Formats: sequence, C-alpha cells, structure tokens
Amino acid sequence: MYVESSKGKIRRLWDFHGGLHLPDNKRQSLQTDLTSATMPARLILPLRQHIGEPAIPLVKPGDRVLKGEKIADNTAPVCAPIHAPTSGIIKGIEAHSIPHPSGLNGPAIVLEVDGKDEWADLPAPINDFQNVDKSLLLQRIREAGIVGLGGATFPAAIKLNPGKAIRTLIINGAECEPFITCDDLLMQGAPDRILNGVRILQHILGAEECLIGIEDNKPDAISTLRSHLTDDEPIEVVRIPTLYPSGGEKQLIRILTGQEVPSGGFPAQLGVICHNVATTAAIADAVLEGRPLISRLVTLTGEGIANPCNMEVPLGITAADLIEQAGGYTGKSSQLIVGGPMMGFNLSTDQVPITKGSNCLLAPSEEEVPTTGSALACIRCGRCAEVCPVNLLPQQMYWFSRAKELEKVQDYNLFDCIECGCCSHVCPSHIPLVHYFRFAKTESWAKEKELQAADHAKKRHDFRIARLERLDAERKARLRKKKEDLGKKKPVKPAAKGEDAKKAAIEAAMKRAATKKAAQQSPPKNTDNLTPAQQKQVDAVDKHRAETTADQE
Amino acid sequence: MLIAILTITGLATAFGLLLGYANIRFHVEGDPVTDQIEALLPQTQCGQCGFAGCRPYAEAIAGGESEINLCPPGGEATMIALSDLLGRDPVPLSEETAEEKPKAIALIKEQECIGCTLCLQACPVDAIIGAAKQMHVVIASECTGCERCLPPCPVDCIVMEPISQESGGWRWPFPDSEHPEIVSAPPQ
Repeated sequence: MYVESSKGKIRRLWDFHGGLHLPDNKRQSLQTDLTSATMPARLILPLRQHIGEPAIPLVKPGDRVLKGEKIADNTAPVCAPIHAPTSGIIKGIEAHSIPHPSGLNGPAIVLEVDGKDEWADLPAPINDFQNVDKSLLLQRIREAGIVGLGGATFPAAIKLNPGKAIRTLIINGAECEPFITCDDLLMQGAPDRILNGVRILQHILGAEECLIGIEDNKPDAISTLRSHLTDDEPIEVVRIPTLYPSGGEKQLIRILTGQEVPSGGFPAQLGVICHNVATTAAIADAVLEGRPLISRLVTLTGEGIANPCNMEVPLGITAADLIEQAGGYTGKSSQLIVGGPMMGFNLSTDQVPITKGSNCLLAPSEEEVPTTGSALACIRCGRCAEVCPVNLLPQQMYWFSRAKELEKVQDYNLFDCIECGCCSHVCPSHIPLVHYFRFAKTESWAKEKELQAADHAKKRHDFRIARLERLDAERKARLRKKKEDLGKKKPVKPAAKGEDAKKAAIEAAMKRAATKKAAQQSPPKNTDNLTPAQQKQVDAVDKHRAETTADQE
Repeated sequence: MLIAILTITGLATAFGLLLGYANIRFHVEGDPVTDQIEALLPQTQCGQCGFAGCRPYAEAIAGGESEINLCPPGGEATMIALSDLLGRDPVPLSEETAEEKPKAIALIKEQECIGCTLCLQACPVDAIIGAAKQMHVVIASECTGCERCLPPCPVDCIVMEPISQESGGWRWPFPDSEHPEIVSAPPQ
C-alpha cells in the first residue's frame, strides 16, 4: 500500500499479520473540549509507576513539598523519579490500592494538597538544545521522571541511549485501541510541544528521518501536525490504515519500515526507536521548560460515565475523584477498566490513583464491552491464529498453558506475545486466552527466580561446608603443632629463676584474676534508670526465658 | 577350531583393552545422575527429607535407597520432575509433606535473643549473623526458610514470618474456566 506523506512524498506502507477492525468508539469522548481536572484535597503517588525498581521516598511525613519537587528516586539503573504534582504536606508513606490487575496494595506517598500550587525552583530551560551535549539532555529527561506514556512506562532516558546507530525515529500517534482519545486531543491541541520533542529526540539519537504514524481515523490530528511542520525538516506525518493493534511498537515499525523486530530482540537492533506522542511532548516540557512529569491526559469514557471527556489531570488523583468531575456514574456499567477494552484490566475499587501509565478510565455498558460468559471447550477453529499480529499459535499455547507445561509454551514463543487481546476477542468459545498467557508468563518468571534462588543457596551452602572443613583442618594443624612444640621443649629445661621471681609472677597472676572477677560481677550498666514500660518488657522477656528453659529441662 | 578360539580370544582382549582405556580416558568425576537430581531439588538444605541436606538426599535417590516424595519445600512439582528424570512412577506425597506452607523466612525476636550462637551453627546457608552474647539477626535476603534454626534455640525466640505478597512479585492466577475471567465488584 502507498500513501502520500506530509512531504508530498509517496511512502510505501507494509502490513502485519492478522489484526482486527474494531468499532472504534472514540466519538463519545471527543464531544467536549480538553479540560483540566480540579486539584483534589489529597494525591496518592505510588512508588512504582514505571518498569524497573520502585523509587525510594526522599521525603518524610510532615515535610512540605513544592510543585515539581522530586519526592522519590532510586539509584538503580532502571528507575524513574517521582515529583510532587502540586505543593502540600506529605501526610504519610503507606500501602494504598494501586492500579494493578492483582488488586493488591502497593507503597505510595500521600500528599495533602495546600491549594497554593507553589512551584519549586525548576532547572533552567535548555532552549538551544541543538548545541548541548546529549548526555546533559538525557540526564534532564531522566530527572524529569519521564516514562513511556503509551502504557509501557519504561523510563524514556534509557530507551534513548540504545548504544547503536539509529536511522529512523518513529513517533507513535496510532492510538489504535478503541475508546481512547487522549493522544488524538494532544496532537490536535499541542502540536508544537510534540514537534519540539521530536526535534530534541532527533538531536539526541542522530536519526536521519522521523516518521509520525497516525491512524486515518484521526484526520484532524494529521492535518494539525502537518500544518505545523516546516518545509526543510526531515519529519514526516504518515497516515496509516486503522487496524488494531497498529499502535503496538513492533507492528508500527513493521507498517512504516517493513522491518520485523526479531523474536526476543529490540527495535534498536534495526536502527529504529519508537516513542509515544505524549512521551515526546513531556520530553519537550522537560527540556524547554524544565518541567518534570507531574500531569497527563486521561480519557474518561463509556456509557457508565455521565460526561465522557478528556482531562489533563495531576498524577495521583483517584479514579473516583476524576469520575465525579466528569459528572459521576450513570449506573449503566458494571465494570471499571483502566486502559482500553482490549489491553486494560478491571479495577476492583475506584479509589486507585492515576499513575504515569494510566491513559484511560473506561466504564462501558454491557453493549459496549460485553463481559465474557463462562469459557466453553476449544473447538480448534484456528481463528485465534488468523488474527494474531505476532504470528503465534494461541490455540497450541492455550493447551500447554492449561497443562502448565511452561517449557513447551515457551517453545511456541510465549514471550513474543504482546497481550493485545485479539485472540480472546475472536474466540467463539470465550476462552480467556490472554489470561492463560499472562499466567504462563508470570509463572515462568517465578520459576526462573526460584531456580536462581536455589542456585544461590547451594553456593552459600557449599561455601559453608568448605569453610567448616578448612577451620577443622586449621584447628587440627594447630593442635599438632602445639604437641610437637611441647615435645621439643620438654628436654630443654626452662632457665632456672630465683624463688622470688616465681613468687612475684604468681602474685601478679592472682591479682589479674581478682580484678577480672570483680569486673565480671559488676552489674550491666544499661539496666539503671529504666522507665516502667521498659522494666515491664525486661520482666516479660525474663519470664519467657525462664519458662522455656524450664520446659526444656 | 583353534583359529576360531584364537580369533575370539584376540577380539575379546582387544575390546577389553579398548574399554579399559576408555574407562580411564573418559572418566567422569562425580555422579552425573546425582548432579541432575540435585539440580531439581530446591536447595533449602532443610533436612525435612530425613537426610542432612539436598546433596545427601540426591545421593540416596540416585542409589535407589530413598523414595522421591520426601521433599516438602519442592512439593508435587519436584516429585513429578524427579519421576520424569528417573523414569520412576510418581508417588503421592504423604500428608504432612503435601501440606503447602506459605513461603516464610526466619525472624529473631531481638529482645528475647540471649546471644547463644546455636542458631548460627545450625544455619546451612550462613544467613544469621551474630556473636556470643551479642544479639543475632537473620539476613532476610539469604534466608531459605528451612526452619533449621528453630529447634536449637534455647529461648524460642525465632519465628517464621510469611513473606508478604506485594504487587511486584505477583503472579496471574490460573484462569478458572467455571467463572468469568476477572471478577470485579461494580464501582460504588
């Protein structure tokens, strides 16, 4: 297929295997203009909002923080810092429900908003980024806490340092998942931020060309971005056909360049790097204004929400607060999904905060996203394999996952599965295929971890045994040496000394023993001046000790 | 007749020498089957199988002296893996062995520890630090949860703390085909 790109050039487009034409349901949330959410009284900032090690709090309860101040970071290589989205007092660092499919709690910083919205001192803007060293820009991007905002939440600075020559920079504006429109509105509303971000990325990567891929169901976004391009730039806006999941990183690379990322490989191997439009805009903010990532666009949609819309929201606002600002629930929905209907997951509570990776809150009616009934038996129709965008055999993988034969599922390239949900969507037996693959993936990782732990324990155990043997040998050697020395010394009589010297030596030894005894009898010095509570604790412990000793006797 | 006898004797001698040489030349240190068995065991060195550790248990299995269902930390998965490796029939786990305990690590109640160093000597992976008359402490990241430090403690100050599950190491549950994939409460 050939399309005309923004430069008047004709570009060839490729297609990927499978994929689905889904009803896009994007109209609902595009009826109203982009608004800003009002600041709630409390923000919840989970310490794990990115892939990698969780951040470690840099603040303690009671501290006052300013807007944009760094409140958590980690020195681990894969980590992104977290900043305060507004000024306020740190109320606590505690376990709070987080947007995670498990529904488990995670550690989070709770910020009580003071309403003053007072900015901290931000790092100076870097306006002439063309003449600035790359490492400085990467450092700025890292310190701004920017992660992939398309949902993968991988720290952006690491992805921008691939260690390989990059020829093509791809900007992902496909937004292929139904219902979600936040990237669309961003492209319509802030084309300059996105394009500035693209220029910064091109400078960092030294990429010759830049392709912005946008699905053709977003004509306004395409025309707005094209109108903001200058003529002499190597940036092209490419209209791609609407097909789910063309917004997947590997799928978009295939569509725009015809290259396929090898199994288990990375796009950088092909000289390609892919970033989301929202990430690009955040990078522009960080470099040109010094502003860290403290807010993002979120789509609120579905018949279950009174006024579907897009909002710019501070990170840490809860889903409940946000839905209330969008008019509240209509009662037409029985589920609340974070992300889209294909790749998102259900929330069990709406008290979870919006994090860097939350792009959409969806409360669909039964007609919009039907809840799947009980799974029936697989009839081996093969439709899952037809729609799989990565050319896998979901049906085979399903059987092996169900039998918990993890090695066999891996032989069928389980880890290439992008969990797009196409196979589950078309399955006439409603088998939750993706759920099986997620199960198999996490189970495989856990197995791997257990094996490593066993290996580590074995090493320590072997070392201990070797150490005990060595100590034993050393002790024996010492004894033997002593014995030999004694044997040697016996015939040699010690030099005769006067009676007085002997007596003096004995006296000195007795004196030493007496002082030592006196020192031992003196009571421990830390048990004076105890508080009643401490005394009670000491008594309790003494009693427990006495009881257990008595039991054992 | 004589030629036949001589030929057979000659062949037997030649092959005998060849085999004898091969035995010396390609001699394998250690027992490869034991190594393979040991690789399947969880290496907690807990001794709950009745042997002194994972290696002695592996040796006993390889020697055919022991059943393959004696490892409680490994559970059924280890038993199945062993039966696959050795071609033996799977043996059901005994009731006490089959009882799945949540993963736990040892924790020393610091106020009660008298510093006797008995647990230090019992720990198979050197995961407890301390000295005589000093408080002891368990290095949480190294503890395998083998419970070997529990019996020697004269004041019973060691408890097993289950590892709290948090979202980082969470695993997707096995899909339950009887029920919808994800059960979610309607938002209030």
